[in-house]
Amino acid sequence: MENVVDVKGLTRRYGDFCAVDGLDLVVTQGECLAVLGPNGAGKTTTIEILEGYRYRDAGDVHVLGMDPATADRRWRARLGIVLQSASDLGDLTVRESIQHFARFYSHPRGTSEVLDITGLADKSDARNSSLSGGQRRRLDVALGIVGRPELLFLDEPTTGFDPEARQVFWQLIHRLKSEGTTIVLTTHYLEEADALADRVVVIARGRKVADTTPALLGRRTSDDVRVSWWEGNERHDELTRTPTALIASLAQRLGGEIPHLEVSRPTLEQAYLELLDGGGRT
Amino acid sequence: MNLLSLYVDRSRLEIRALLRDKRSITFSMFLPIFLLLIFGSVFGHQEIGQSGVKFSQYFVAGMLASGLLYSAFQQLAIMIPEERSNGTLKRLVGSPMPKSVYFVGKFACSLFIYVFQAIFLLGIGHLAFGITMPRSVNLWFVFVWVSFLGLVVSTLLGVAFSTLAKDGRAASALATPVVLFFQFTSGVYLIYTQLPRWMQTIAALFPLKWMAQAMRGVFLPAAFAANEAGGSYEFTKAAIVLGIWTVVGALLCAFTFRWLPKDAD
Repeated sequence: MENVVDVKGLTRRYGDFCAVDGLDLVVTQGECLAVLGPNGAGKTTTIEILEGYRYRDAGDVHVLGMDPATADRRWRARLGIVLQSASDLGDLTVRESIQHFARFYSHPRGTSEVLDITGLADKSDARNSSLSGGQRRRLDVALGIVGRPELLFLDEPTTGFDPEARQVFWQLIHRLKSEGTTIVLTTHYLEEADALADRVVVIARGRKVADTTPALLGRRTSDDVRVSWWEGNERHDELTRTPTALIASLAQRLGGEIPHLEVSRPTLEQAYLELLDGGGRT
Repeated sequence: MNLLSLYVDRSRLEIRALLRDKRSITFSMFLPIFLLLIFGSVFGHQEIGQSGVKFSQYFVAGMLASGLLYSAFQQLAIMIPEERSNGTLKRLVGSPMPKSVYFVGKFACSLFIYVFQAIFLLGIGHLAFGITMPRSVNLWFVFVWVSFLGLVVSTLLGVAFSTLAKDGRAASALATPVVLFFQFTSGVYLIYTQLPRWMQTIAALFPLKWMAQAMRGVFLPAAFAANEAGGSYEFTKAAIVLGIWTVVGALLCAFTFRWLPKDAD
């Protein structure tokens, strides 16, 4: 089957700065891909080239079988876009906004269905300008999915969310995934990639430094385990490959219970930082 | 999705949003009406020379012409940069909306503001200051085409001007002085023929002078035409100048309009 997104050698420069540097990217049907990377890594530039907003200096780009740079309205109708930040439509209500955007598509979802999926039914008659950050993002998603897109782009959808709003938002994305929507998501939160994505692409300085599953991304680090404890009124830390032996010897030395014992595997976060470190070296 | 129904839907949405925006209501809808009340109360009964025409009658014609600038040029020159910076345009151009829908919505919104202003200017002018209505059906017809053509020019120039500012605040600082400059030099607040020659010459290159003069032709007595710069209200010349500015405005829009902020493509 043809890939939903197929990118080869994508390059974009801003003056002397190379924001995207020969990037290859593939997204298959029904997949949720997280594009992960620090600020300035080239995530938004990449996504906005795929959405047809920005031009590119080089590379082959196919999204839903077409080149976004020359695509038409019929192509746009198959796409859902949730931009990084938007504060438009403030004087309209949630319902008015959804109804208005529905009219641009030939087979839109019903307004009540969209309100239900995005959990905005209670807010349907509220002015958009009165919505909280999380509700506002859900409105952006509502407008992104009202046309039943085959492919949905989400650009840093949960930046600035509190943990509860993030959980609610993730459930929404899970629901869209289960309906078969192909999703491309950029984020700089690892736990978001972990919670939502089937596959993770890590970008640093415009280059791909990893293309793997969230689970494998975590396992890429060394086998060292961190053991920490209190001894003589200060905290001790040790990295070891044999934690059990270390704890046994500590127990012996400290005479039984080890104060404030903690044993931790390197987190996804550490794996990620290690990757970025590697990607930064030129 | 039929294009006409999209035009209607977008126009209704724009007008609905306008009526919920206090700033637009104050600055675009009510401003000319406030100005008429103030200028009419202070200078309204003064006669212009020995013409028998009261300043309030002269001023209403000028305010109707200014209304064409307020409702379209000023409104759009400020609103569009704001919509470019807050993501409205980016969202629309990323959707399958036919692009003309946006511009038709903006024009409809300007038309709505202008009709509102015209009704209140003439109504309040008549009741408070004894403004007289056009003397013939012909003159009402002139009023309609001057209004329509003036609104088209004003819309196109507002859309073109919107490219200059990066957001609504910057746009306000750019567009408001332009409107004031042309009001002072085109015979709205001051009598056109009493202005220095160079000022008249500059103003005569731009649309507002011709819109105001044609509006005077509609609302002032035929005999007053002798007091105009050309000794006549020059309806034909006004139509030609507005026609030329329509073409210029359309070309400017076609070559300069941006959906995305600068450096965002």
